[in-house]
Amino acid sequence: MTDASGAPPIHARGLVKEYGDVTAVAGVDLTVEAGDVYGYLGPNGAGKTTVLRMLLGLIRPTAGTARLFGRDPLLEGARALQGVAGFVEAPRFYPYMSGRRNLELLAALDGDGAAGRIDEALDIVEMTARQGHKVGGYSHGMRQRLGVAAALLRDPRLLLLDEPATGLDPAGMRDMRALVARLSSEGTTVLLSSHLMPEVEELCNRVAIVRTGRIVYEGDVESLRARAGGHWRLRTTDDVRAQQVLREQRGVSAVAGVPGTASAPSSLRFEADEAAIAALSIALVDAGAPPVELSPVRATLEDVFFTLTEDEPAVDGGLPATADPVPA
Amino acid sequence: MPRLRTVYAWELRKLLAQKRTFLGLGIAVLVPVVFAVALLVQQGQPEDVAFGRYVRQSGLAIPPVLLIFGSIWLFPLIAALVAGDIVAAEDNNGTLKTILTRSTDRSRIFVAKALAASTYAAVALALMGAVALVAGVAVSGFNPLVTLSGTTVSASKGLELIAFSLLVYMMPLLGIVAIALLLSVLTHNSAAAVVGALMISLILQLVTILPGLGALQPYLLTTQFNAWQGFLRTPIDYAPVVRAAWVCALYAVPCVAVAFTSFVRRDVTGG
Ligand SMILES: Nc1ncnc2c1ncn2[C@@H]1O[C@H](COP(=O)(O)OP(=O)(O)O)[C@@H](O)[C@H]1O
Ligand SMILES: [Mg+2]
Repeated sequence: MTDASGAPPIHARGLVKEYGDVTAVAGVDLTVEAGDVYGYLGPNGAGKTTVLRMLLGLIRPTAGTARLFGRDPLLEGARALQGVAGFVEAPRFYPYMSGRRNLELLAALDGDGAAGRIDEALDIVEMTARQGHKVGGYSHGMRQRLGVAAALLRDPRLLLLDEPATGLDPAGMRDMRALVARLSSEGTTVLLSSHLMPEVEELCNRVAIVRTGRIVYEGDVESLRARAGGHWRLRTTDDVRAQQVLREQRGVSAVAGVPGTASAPSSLRFEADEAAIAALSIALVDAGAPPVELSPVRATLEDVFFTLTEDEPAVDGGLPATADPVPA
Repeated sequence: MPRLRTVYAWELRKLLAQKRTFLGLGIAVLVPVVFAVALLVQQGQPEDVAFGRYVRQSGLAIPPVLLIFGSIWLFPLIAALVAGDIVAAEDNNGTLKTILTRSTDRSRIFVAKALAASTYAAVALALMGAVALVAGVAVSGFNPLVTLSGTTVSASKGLELIAFSLLVYMMPLLGIVAIALLLSVLTHNSAAAVVGALMISLILQLVTILPGLGALQPYLLTTQFNAWQGFLRTPIDYAPVVRAAWVCALYAVPCVAVAFTSFVRRDVTGG
């Protein structure tokens, strides 16, 4: 999947984009290897779209370089996009022409047999029935599908998708994700920007988490999951006594009461190794506060995401260096 | 990369799929028809415009009258209507990013757009000329034409001269196309580009009536809208035609060059 020169699908170094005094992207290094489904994850305004625009050659970086399969879109223009397809923000089409006519136009601008792939692309995104209708009457979801079809016309080796599931209904989201998974299994490298951790968790093998134009974490999703950690949840017949036991028990830390809510009764939380749990349950029974519920609660990647993107100041080695933290 | 003619053909197809295209062409057809109908139902003729006196003697006098009338704002408007829109509209509805992420270089897309806008202006002019001729001949006959020198040329010779006149008229019209195209690229706003190009054309005409600026007149773009009249003199006066060629180039070439450079380099952030 890598071209003859062995250059990776995406290789960006020191990308900076300033709009007046707004720094949209503040020095991003990004390498996407062949076969990756790479999640570029960050909250709104983190600079995801701006990075994708630079990769596609739509805007000029203030500093830094971007290369796709070793080619710089600034220097080589459309040639740098050979084998590359995708869109930034919502895909846009000519509203006064039909969906099919739009694809015919884009296929003409692609050359290289793209016109022969129109039927198949429409079929894949399930737009065959609506292909004759003017795009002006399409819903957001249909335009999104047409955007994917337009990308598929290029038979891409690298697909750049900017929050492709945004604004879709649940079925549309499911189809979009299934399609990305399928394209990836067929060998397409994907860079997917998203503000939804579950989406990235489901689809991606690698992730960069961005915040105000900077990458605050970069690594594979497994490592991220491993560092997420977790805690235990405990309910007993006598939580006051149980809390006492927890504080005295070896191997247990971070004990805290969790007030009840409408949907869950009050409980206790603590952190402990699994090895300490057996001894703990015996101690609870001995103390006259037998457990009613004792269960591990895994931290979600969402929690990690919020920690990384919301804490003040920028998380600079704020996490144990088990994976490959990016020097900020 | 796809060939220029392919990209150009698609620019034309896009124009054909839009209503605004037919607005301009419709006006180009309607104006001569209305003029001919007015001649039929009204007495008299336009006396204070060149050739106006002869519109009842020869149908060939009608295209020249409309060329003179159309140079004030009609043809600049028709040309600007498409040229001012052709880049800005794509900026606004976000399709610029769509077409600029395919396999066609920006430079080729720009050239195709410039050619399409020019083609549109040419078609509108040719259409107006043809309809004016047909309507004129239908109303006043295919008769010899009295030239600006007072001489009379045969009807077939007159037809030939009018054809050349239309070609020469195209030069300043392309100048307007270039200005509108530049504004279209720079403003990202279709309405601003169309109105802006029209304003520039009107202001250039205004300059000539300001005291002390009369000397500028031969070098103004809008003055070249009269260059074709050299053909309707005996002997034919080529001087204004030659001057129109380089004066129009002087306006059009820098505009197109700046528009091209900007289009090729600029950030596409719309959509
Ligand atoms: N064309 C622009 N002009 C000025 N500021 C911009 C422009 N595009 C983006 N920005 C700013 O850059 C930042 C990043 O934007 P963007 O890349 O769209 O973020 P994301 O896609 O992650 O939501 C935001 O603060 C945004 O306001
Ligand atoms: Mg975005």
